[in-house]
Amino acid sequence: MRQRKLAIVSGGLAEPSSTRLLADRLATAADRALEELDVEAEVGVLELRDHAHGVTNMLLTGFADERLGAAIKDVVESDGLIAVTPIFNASYSGLFKTFFDVLEPGAIAGKPLLIAATAGSPRHSLTLEHAVRPLFSYMRAVVVPTAVFAASEDWGSASSAEQALSKRIDRAAGELARLVASEERPNRLDPYEDVTSFEDLLDG
Amino acid sequence: MQFGVFSVGDVTPDPTTGRVPTEAERIKAMVAVALKTEEIGLDVFATGEHHNPPFVPSSPTTMLGYVAARTERIILSTATTLITTNDPVKIAEDFAMLQHLADGRVDLMMGRGNTGPVYPWFGKDIRDGIPLAIENYHLLHRLWREGVVDWEGKYRTPLQSFTSTPRPLDGIPPFVWHGSIRSPEIAEQAAYYGDGFFANNIFWPKEHFIRLIDLYRRRFEHYGHGRADQAIVGLGGQVFMRKNSQDAVREFRPYFDHAPVYGYGPSLEEFTEQTPLTVGSPQQVIEKTLKFRDYFGDYQRQMFLMDHAGLPLSTVLEQLEMLGSEVVPVLRREFDALRPAHVPEGPTHAALKAAADGKALVEAADRP
Repeated sequence: MRQRKLAIVSGGLAEPSSTRLLADRLATAADRALEELDVEAEVGVLELRDHAHGVTNMLLTGFADERLGAAIKDVVESDGLIAVTPIFNASYSGLFKTFFDVLEPGAIAGKPLLIAATAGSPRHSLTLEHAVRPLFSYMRAVVVPTAVFAASEDWGSASSAEQALSKRIDRAAGELARLVASEERPNRLDPYEDVTSFEDLLDG
Repeated sequence: MQFGVFSVGDVTPDPTTGRVPTEAERIKAMVAVALKTEEIGLDVFATGEHHNPPFVPSSPTTMLGYVAARTERIILSTATTLITTNDPVKIAEDFAMLQHLADGRVDLMMGRGNTGPVYPWFGKDIRDGIPLAIENYHLLHRLWREGVVDWEGKYRTPLQSFTSTPRPLDGIPPFVWHGSIRSPEIAEQAAYYGDGFFANNIFWPKEHFIRLIDLYRRRFEHYGHGRADQAIVGLGGQVFMRKNSQDAVREFRPYFDHAPVYGYGPSLEEFTEQTPLTVGSPQQVIEKTLKFRDYFGDYQRQMFLMDHAGLPLSTVLEQLEMLGSEVVPVLRREFDALRPAHVPEGPTHAALKAAADGKALVEAADRP
């Protein structure tokens, strides 16, 4: 079995949070879809609320504390990402955006990514398309076609809405799994190990 | 091992009183710090260069020339000289002039400057920061070593039959450090020329600077300037001391909490744990500074940031007294005892001249 790393980023603030709930369901579905493709997934979950001070400090000082540094490393070195944000005021939450703001340019370029969001009202559903997808397109991540949105009413059990959500979760997870399984992630260049020689720098 | 003080030259309100020094007071305070640096037996004073408020030192060689006239012993340096936005021709001239006036007690540190708006004021673009640092320094390096220079580059008007005057004192260009917080290209540049590399070391965790310095040392050896452990490394440090560490923490906290750069961010406790900042007793400063050698190897110059964040001059001078009497003598003794014989001392004009004279003698003897 091939090995892949999946990183789940959850921007939920409450405990328990519906954002985390959705993140877990997506993670489980992606894990299952990868298994069907003969891929063994190592799944790591990052709760952004645990790093709320850390990302703010990093905005000011420019460096990550040890815990945040390790979390960023997991995200950057993953083979695929699932990013889930609550919708606040018709957009991603500030904490969610700040986490992606402190990453190095190009940190998630080319990385398969599933986007998802939770909100209190279904009227926020297209926020994924209008705000979240452009953010990650700008960061040059490969965002899968299906984005998963869940409003409060989608969590009702056995209703048609819940079945629709489950189908959507499976479809999105399948899209992510196929990308993650098919691509061998290139090793990232380490600028401190792979030095551009000074002669090349002098030549511009 | 050389020890010194570097000043950013920020005009910051004292958060405990709200008092803001005038520019005149701040400039004179920087001079007072420089004079004190010599008085307490340290080796180097360095000034920053800035072209925007709230900073005062826009004209480093003017200040250093004045300090040169009032001191006998200390090396006058910069932290940093903007190699991106200054004309390299003017840097060559200004620092050669200072070298003559100060009888060789001059070196300087190249830096790019990370304040975006400054670049266009000097006709440049911050996105060209690295290429500017590379081209401009390459020209500066030639201007100090070649009597007549023909030159054409991308960022400056061409030169034909140009001689930079005055020539460096005794034909020995000022020693150059390259300072960087994060760019591997600058460590590579320092290694290529066999110049010194200075890691600011004050704002970020040591792990980051370990990687930069390792890169510099490895490439210094690659370019044939000596062994990796003979490369010339300088480090910054930042301390606030009182006899009892609790007093130091209590007194420094408001300055830390409101300081430029890290103020309103991490707590003092977090920042001292994560970065080389030490707030405590002189003994704690000694212990933390000695650890730098474990992380970065034997190094040649340790600079301390002492006058910033609105600390009143009287407090800064007290801090310098403690640094000179209780900290540096111990560090000097310990570092010198640990340093192997093949690792060079901090660079001085006299040492560079002796090395050049020695090389000339060998070459003369080799001639038939």
